[in-house]
Amino acid sequence: MEIGGPLTPAAIAHPHQLSALSIASSLQLPLALVCAPLLPGVINRVKAFFAGRTGQPVLQPYRDLLKLLQKGAVYSTTTTWVFRAGPVVSLSCAALALMLTPLNGLPALLAFPGDIVLFAYVLALGRFFTVAAALDTGSAFEGMGASREVWFSTLSEPALLLGLAALAKHAGKLSLTSIYNELDPAVLFVSGGPALILVAAAFAVVFLAENSRIPFDDPNTHLELTMIHEVMVLDHGGPDFGLIQYAAALKLWVLGALVTGILVPARSGRPLLDLFTGLLGMLLLAAATGVVESVMARLRLARVSQLLAAAAALSILALMLVSSA
Amino acid sequence: MNFWLDALIVLVILANLRVLGASRLDACIKTVAFQGALLGLLPVLAHLDSLNARLLFQAGISTFLKAAVFPWLLGKALREAGLQREVEPFVGFTTSLAAGVLFLGAALWIGVRLPLTDSKAAAALAPAALFTIFVGLFIMVSRRKALSQVLGYLILENGIYAFGMAFAEKQPLLVELGILLDVFMAVFVMGIAIYHISREFDHLDADRMSTLKD
Repeated sequence: MEIGGPLTPAAIAHPHQLSALSIASSLQLPLALVCAPLLPGVINRVKAFFAGRTGQPVLQPYRDLLKLLQKGAVYSTTTTWVFRAGPVVSLSCAALALMLTPLNGLPALLAFPGDIVLFAYVLALGRFFTVAAALDTGSAFEGMGASREVWFSTLSEPALLLGLAALAKHAGKLSLTSIYNELDPAVLFVSGGPALILVAAAFAVVFLAENSRIPFDDPNTHLELTMIHEVMVLDHGGPDFGLIQYAAALKLWVLGALVTGILVPARSGRPLLDLFTGLLGMLLLAAATGVVESVMARLRLARVSQLLAAAAALSILALMLVSSA
Repeated sequence: MNFWLDALIVLVILANLRVLGASRLDACIKTVAFQGALLGLLPVLAHLDSLNARLLFQAGISTFLKAAVFPWLLGKALREAGLQREVEPFVGFTTSLAAGVLFLGAALWIGVRLPLTDSKAAAALAPAALFTIFVGLFIMVSRRKALSQVLGYLILENGIYAFGMAFAEKQPLLVELGILLDVFMAVFVMGIAIYHISREFDHLDADRMSTLKD
């Protein structure tokens, strides 16, 4: 296992750049941990702007988290340890996925060949425990939400894994850090670039679906019949709910970094600047998500599976293009 | 092979997938027109370094017919026959998309094994052309409305056109114009036929037509 990711030849040749690279890549994790709740704040603010409202402050998610963490927890007597494990496991899975995710081409904390599989299944494990906790309550509504969550993730997982496979084939590497290190804005506009744009499109769909954003699920809805993610966490309160919200913000960051890593054209060779543009890219993505949520309606449930199947088709197409090139 | 040629081939493939997944007839007509326009541009992009008047003329005629005249004729048939705008497939949209992915795999598998000319453009174009042909055939058999059969026929023609492009670097002008004229007549006649069928039988259900006795 290589800690801090692979070293580029340039980094070895210039020791002062090496230190800048390692500083930037070690700053990346704290930056993500601190700034992740900013993303839902930005999304809400953009949606408020489109609706002609002032909206909540951008820092509101932090205040919500603080408030929730100070509360006490109430547990139903019908629930078991599974219910209590749900939020903890989903947060730790999101944090582990974050450690594997490179931001804007900067090496992630952990990188080893094959970590793309670990990445996909760490996310799946977190989801499994959220679903198990929802089922543990015995509520009919939560069972319904769990069923939908599992159905949609069954469809979005192929899109994610096949897209990662296409990227891995393109780079000839098997770890997220080295795959994203190979990507370059200049790579997008030569032969093979269209395949990468297809992967980015598929990841964008997965990003919206996995984070329960609008064409798939409305994070603001409080009507049980239409909720997916929100309904699964209805019975969690206090610190548990805070952990869930924080885990959701981290997941937003992790999947967003996969999209912006391909699309945002910023590899300056100066790690600290790259870190900054990476953060800027994430904020732009959050703003774009806010725009999508403002101009689109939720899809009918029957259409959701079609859109996810189309995303999987994009990934397969990209994989075929990359392997035939 | 350059970026634009690559992107164009990807867009042709995506247009096919869109036709497989779209539920509205007018969306299908527009997508097929878009695909026709892309394929009209293809010879220009493939021979950017050796452009001549003949090539531009051929591309212009083909683009004009496929992107303007055919959608207009089909849209007219759609309005005059007073059709409902849904496609009404025998095979569901998600299943159609899955079938499309299978076709794509098969087309790539066959495409890389064909003995074509050595140019790299041809190697990338042949699978896309085969895929377009498969999708055209599939649309013809899997949709209920008679208008979809015409669309399937147009997609099939697009595929054959692209295949010809991959196979022979430059097709003779006369052959190309002859094919375009044939397709034009076919769409024209089919448009009229659809109008008359819908006046006669109050529906355009190809499935129920097969039970007619003479």
